[in-house]
Amino acid sequence: MQFWIVQTLNSISFGALLFLLSSGFSLAFGLMRIPNLAHGAFYMLGAYFGATVVYIGGNFWLAALAAGAGVGLVGIAIERFILRPLAGNVQGQVLVTLGISFIIADICLLVWTGDPWTVPAPPLLRRPLLIAGYAFPTYRLVVVLIALIAAIALYLLMDRTRLGAMIRAGVDDMEMARGVGIPVSLLFTVVFLLGAVLAGAAGAFGGPILNAYPGLDTDMLPLALIVVILGGAGSLLGAFVGSFVVGFLYNFGIALFPDLAYFILFLPMVLVLMFMPQGLFGKALP
Amino acid sequence: MTRTAIAAVIIAVLSLAVPWVITNDYYVNLASLILIYALLALSVNILLGYGGMVSLGHAAFLGLTGYCVVLMVLAGYDQLTTAIASVIFSTACGALFGMLSLRAIGIGFLMITLALGQIVWGIAYRANELTGGDNGITLPARPMPFGIDINSALSFYYFTLIVFSLALFCIWRLTRSPFGASLMGTREQPRRMSMLGHNVWMIQFITFVIASFWGSIAGLLYIYYNLFMSPHAISLQQSAEALLMAILGGASSLLGPIIGAAIITIVKNVVSTYIERWNILLGLIFVVVIMFMPNGLVPGCRQLWRSIQNRRKGRPPPAKAASEPAA
Repeated sequence: MQFWIVQTLNSISFGALLFLLSSGFSLAFGLMRIPNLAHGAFYMLGAYFGATVVYIGGNFWLAALAAGAGVGLVGIAIERFILRPLAGNVQGQVLVTLGISFIIADICLLVWTGDPWTVPAPPLLRRPLLIAGYAFPTYRLVVVLIALIAAIALYLLMDRTRLGAMIRAGVDDMEMARGVGIPVSLLFTVVFLLGAVLAGAAGAFGGPILNAYPGLDTDMLPLALIVVILGGAGSLLGAFVGSFVVGFLYNFGIALFPDLAYFILFLPMVLVLMFMPQGLFGKALP
Repeated sequence: MTRTAIAAVIIAVLSLAVPWVITNDYYVNLASLILIYALLALSVNILLGYGGMVSLGHAAFLGLTGYCVVLMVLAGYDQLTTAIASVIFSTACGALFGMLSLRAIGIGFLMITLALGQIVWGIAYRANELTGGDNGITLPARPMPFGIDINSALSFYYFTLIVFSLALFCIWRLTRSPFGASLMGTREQPRRMSMLGHNVWMIQFITFVIASFWGSIAGLLYIYYNLFMSPHAISLQQSAEALLMAILGGASSLLGPIIGAAIITIVKNVVSTYIERWNILLGLIFVVVIMFMPNGLVPGCRQLWRSIQNRRKGRPPPAKAASEPAA
């Protein structure tokens, strides 16, 4: 019983982390029509930034903030100086993001060496929470809370604000959005920045759970891709549902059949592609 | 045509003569490696250059074949059965992957191939009991095709050259065939092609299977060359490298991927003896090539050559090709 409860909680918290990672990825994909293949590298960079700030004595929450801001800056630079000149060349943009991910990953290896960096949870949250005789890791519960807050904030942003309405218009029909005077190319920068900040912060928040190690980027990128394939590009709800589906499958997969954890991810992907190729909540992939 | 034929003969003679010119085993092995990667790049390029489909999971076929060969030989099967069964297995997986990834077009296709490639990588990495995980597994010996020993660098080079030439001929025939023409049709104008009665999905699917078949053959050569299989051989970097070879050389030609493979393989081998940071360089080449040389070296040089000739003859440069008609 203990096993199932703990694994369920682990799955939920991993799903929460995946939501932080893939919501921005999905939004940027929906609007800009390109999957940012450097997103896994952004996550890893965030994890290392966070770990570094914690190691030099910074507050954990400050570390998350710094990671988000730092990766956000990297994201803006990439969007402005590399993706922008390639506007219209979708294939080129995607491949460039892949090239960038290799560069970032190798720089991380250079700066932070090949040894994994473990990040301690903030001191207040290290003590397990006792509920009905079971011990729950407090930090993981807090991560779930953070993801829920992020989900609500993103929902309000997309659904209730002018900016959100413009983004949704761009996702639905870019030409019409341009036609009615929405500055779509400015939105590109905003959404790409949002995705980078979320990925960086997710990396920092994921530190105490997954640590920071070389190869973290290529571990996370396929998960984000599968979340978006499941949920549908550009859909916040899709990213939310997809994240938890992947979180449960991956976590229980690793716990029960460690050899086949990746193969288990394959199954929902096959099913969704067979019957709903546009994803559960998405429109047709561009 | 005659000029192409002459060029082909010259290249054939040169590649036959390679081991006489460079007697050092290291460089002969490097030449074999170039041919293996050139075949991989050519097989990616069937999808990329002729079908317009960007696959980021092509190294999976290297791995599927490689692991299958090692596991079957270790299980006691003879080399010939193993080779045939492995290629069939890998190509069958290719058919399955094709069915899945062709549920989407364009970027969706790219994402699904990437995810599939990473899943194959993940299985190779995690399934310790089967694949040896990160440590990899070793093939005990190279096969002896028709009783000929191919253990020396020289004989292996010729073995690779023969397989590569056969593959090159088949791929060349494919691109010149009516099927190749209809494939290029689906790349340019899928809607018109389907209106003309072609089954676009089927054409793309068959192409995917053919590409995975040649990828598997490259995998066969790869495992015979290295006698060792580990997840590193089928990582995302490997798939991306294969794609980069095709793009760097020029995806619209057969020569392009071969040149690209030669450049990348040489740079990688030379550079990694001096510095450890191959991935940064790979990433930089990627970014630079795509930003400044999107058509690749071979078409780029061809264009340059033509404009020089035209200038010498005092002709105005040819007008830019008419813009593409709307779909």
